[in-house]
Amino acid sequence: MTVRPRRALCAAAGHSLMTSLLPSAKPTLRRAGRWPHAPAFALAGIVALVALLPLGFVAWVTIQTGWQTVQALVFRGRVGDLLVNTLLLEIATIPIAIALAVALAWLTERSDLPWGRFWAWLAVAPLAVPAFVHSYAWVTVAPGLHGLWAATLVSVLAYFPFLYLPVAAQLRRLDPAMEDVAASLGLSPFQVFLRVVLPQLRIAILGGALLVGLHLLAEYGLYVMIQFDTFTTAIVDQFQSSFQGAAANMLAGVLVVCCLALLGLDLLLRGGGRYARVGAGAARLAPRHRLGLATLPCLVLPVATATLALGIPLLTLGRWLAIGGAGIWQAGPIGDAIGQTVMFALGGAALTTVIAIPMAWLSVRSPGRLQRLLEACHYYVGALPGVVVALALVTVTVRVAHPLYQTVFTVLLAYALLFLPRALIGLRASIAQAPVELERAAMALGRPPLSAIWATTIRLAAPGAAASMAMVALGISNELTATLLLAPNGTRTLATEFWAATAEIDYTGAAPYAVMMVVASLPLVFMLHAQSKRAAGR
Amino acid sequence: MTVSRLPAPIRLAQTLAVIGTLIALPFAAVAQTAPADGEGIVVYNAQHVSLMQAWTQGFTRDTGIKVTVRKGSDMELGNQIVQEGAGSPADVFVTENSPAMALVDNAGLFAPIEPGTLAQVPENFRPANGHWVGVAARSTVFAYNTSLLKPDQLPKSLLDLAQPEWKGRWAASPAGADFQAIVSALLQLKGEAATAAWLKGMKENARFYRGNGVVLKAINAGEIPGGVIYHYYYVGDQANTGENSKNVALHYFRNGDPGAFVSISGAGVLKSSRHAKEAQAFVKWMTATPGQEILKTGNSYEYAVGNGAESNPRLEPLDKLGAPVVAPDKLNNKAVTDMMTAAGLM
Repeated sequence: MTVRPRRALCAAAGHSLMTSLLPSAKPTLRRAGRWPHAPAFALAGIVALVALLPLGFVAWVTIQTGWQTVQALVFRGRVGDLLVNTLLLEIATIPIAIALAVALAWLTERSDLPWGRFWAWLAVAPLAVPAFVHSYAWVTVAPGLHGLWAATLVSVLAYFPFLYLPVAAQLRRLDPAMEDVAASLGLSPFQVFLRVVLPQLRIAILGGALLVGLHLLAEYGLYVMIQFDTFTTAIVDQFQSSFQGAAANMLAGVLVVCCLALLGLDLLLRGGGRYARVGAGAARLAPRHRLGLATLPCLVLPVATATLALGIPLLTLGRWLAIGGAGIWQAGPIGDAIGQTVMFALGGAALTTVIAIPMAWLSVRSPGRLQRLLEACHYYVGALPGVVVALALVTVTVRVAHPLYQTVFTVLLAYALLFLPRALIGLRASIAQAPVELERAAMALGRPPLSAIWATTIRLAAPGAAASMAMVALGISNELTATLLLAPNGTRTLATEFWAATAEIDYTGAAPYAVMMVVASLPLVFMLHAQSKRAAGR
Repeated sequence: MTVSRLPAPIRLAQTLAVIGTLIALPFAAVAQTAPADGEGIVVYNAQHVSLMQAWTQGFTRDTGIKVTVRKGSDMELGNQIVQEGAGSPADVFVTENSPAMALVDNAGLFAPIEPGTLAQVPENFRPANGHWVGVAARSTVFAYNTSLLKPDQLPKSLLDLAQPEWKGRWAASPAGADFQAIVSALLQLKGEAATAAWLKGMKENARFYRGNGVVLKAINAGEIPGGVIYHYYYVGDQANTGENSKNVALHYFRNGDPGAFVSISGAGVLKSSRHAKEAQAFVKWMTATPGQEILKTGNSYEYAVGNGAESNPRLEPLDKLGAPVVAPDKLNNKAVTDMMTAAGLM
């Protein structure tokens, strides 16, 4: 459904840089008394409260539904089946995706595999194909593809780049001196990899795995086509049978618990350990391992991956386009959908970035306990599936905030909540690079604080903000479930039109919309790749 | 750059204006496709997108009244209208099956249909209170793979499918409004105990797919011998390429069996509509000759229900289906989804 590289992705890429800058940026301003950043805290607090809305909603409906009904709706066989399905999917998909991503990353970054750069691009490119287009391609090629293994196959292909990106970035940054030492102490190359390289990839792998795990919980379209029931598909089923009935809301509650459990597991596994390079100067470039005779067998992996993750979707799309001919390119509806998608993407990206500014600024200028709490509120909401956020907003607007019901504003708000972490990552990194002295100088020259910050830090952060806007826009242009549930009458985006066509098994009619989504995503995905390279300094 | 020489407050204002414009973009985009108040009607549509498109295009061509369509499924939109209450933006509600109409009607949200419109549709295709009217109909069928099942092996009644000998041998799409409508007819005809028992048998026996078209494909591919769906999936595919149904035949239960249930697609005008006149006109148009003709000539392959209207010649004649007598306004989907949830089907 969506491509949502979140905190985890960039945590691996740029985190150490930021934390090393933080201590020098501690606020020493005294002009506003004990709470120099009160206005910024107030703004970030408001955003954090809104971000808590979905969690509050789940708590609220649980209380409203009454314990008896909750028990009847949560503790039943069907929920057990869904839990088992979801758990099996996570257990099957994540290890395979990790193995694939680490192998590809090692081959492209640390071996002399021919055309390494080319394969590196191809390992990221599947992100440009929305997950539900992956499954649309696969059910075309193999109509009988159902169940757990089918779901695992398509999930791995659609989501392994989320692991490849941080792992490859981390591999690029490793100091080869450690490996040299290990080798000089008598370890074989394979032992070096296992005992020195792999442990240093732990944080990157955990971050990527969390991201993949959350996507598995949130994805809708992929699993509907592949006929595999998860919580998200069951929630939409219930929604379609009863709008926002108690059964749907309770399933959403269980799903939220699953997401929080995943986040907790990640924290637990991550632990307090840190990996840092100490010593003067820069690390030298790691030498590439010679593959020698193993070159050809090793080429099989990137070739096979690219064939399955890119070849199949592109060939199927090509086939449907060829069958459909010129007749499926109806300029009116397609143009309409493109226009609306672009506008939703731009508007949503602008809103998301603007409301992320206070938090991003505080994270750099005023780190502390309250800041961490507020930041957690900003981040957790991005881990929630679109269907839960949408269900919360539908229920709240139809019951208590009716003027906002079925408005563009509510859709944009849902997007903003879902993609808040994306906006924060880019903003925080670029604000961290703007020296606080400029703000102070501007204030010393008579600017009021807000204007001073705006004229200095925010302007310097503009390129970072633009990058995060692009990431948010990419997510919005492929978003399906929240758009389906919340859209105002007359909304037609590429994702919803594609979905409507496939629901009527009109695969040719769906093809142009899928192509447009892929084309729109490609430049953004390439940008993501370039960004991760830059973060690694190479 | 000249911009950088402007005073700071103006630069700030400029930036804010750009951001404001960006955020405002989608509002403008939607406003363009969704006409403002007083201009056209809003239809909450659960019927097939292509059929509704043919209807709205014809209606707009004949009357000049614009139509904005919100697509959803029967019960989603029905419950949504109930939740929205008097503030609902919908003017007209059109479904694939009757239970969602009954739901909205029981909430007292429908305005009576004009007598002239009611007169266009026979009594057995509309509720007695005249709060909504049938616009099309679809028949329950048992689709089967001709190489896996012989005619003498077919079930005599829908109820047979809960028997142990049908374990793992039939399919359905229980999450869909279509199948839920069939169960609601079963509930009305046979009562709660028999329906609960049947659902229990179904949970044991049936394989579940998402969507009737997918069920048809699975039967055709020999994944499963048979399945309970509506007739037009088969007829539509036969009329198209036949690729998904070349190994499939249809079995009609007839004899007033619950499995011979004919489901009525309804249309109603919301009491809260601010364009009641235009809304009534749309329902009248759909049930009149031009609207019903689209069912005969178009590619929806649903039955026409208007007085004297003919259905597509590819269809098994409506009067030979032996459908059971069901009161469409008494079909209770809430009870059905509760029972299906309890049976672990949802």
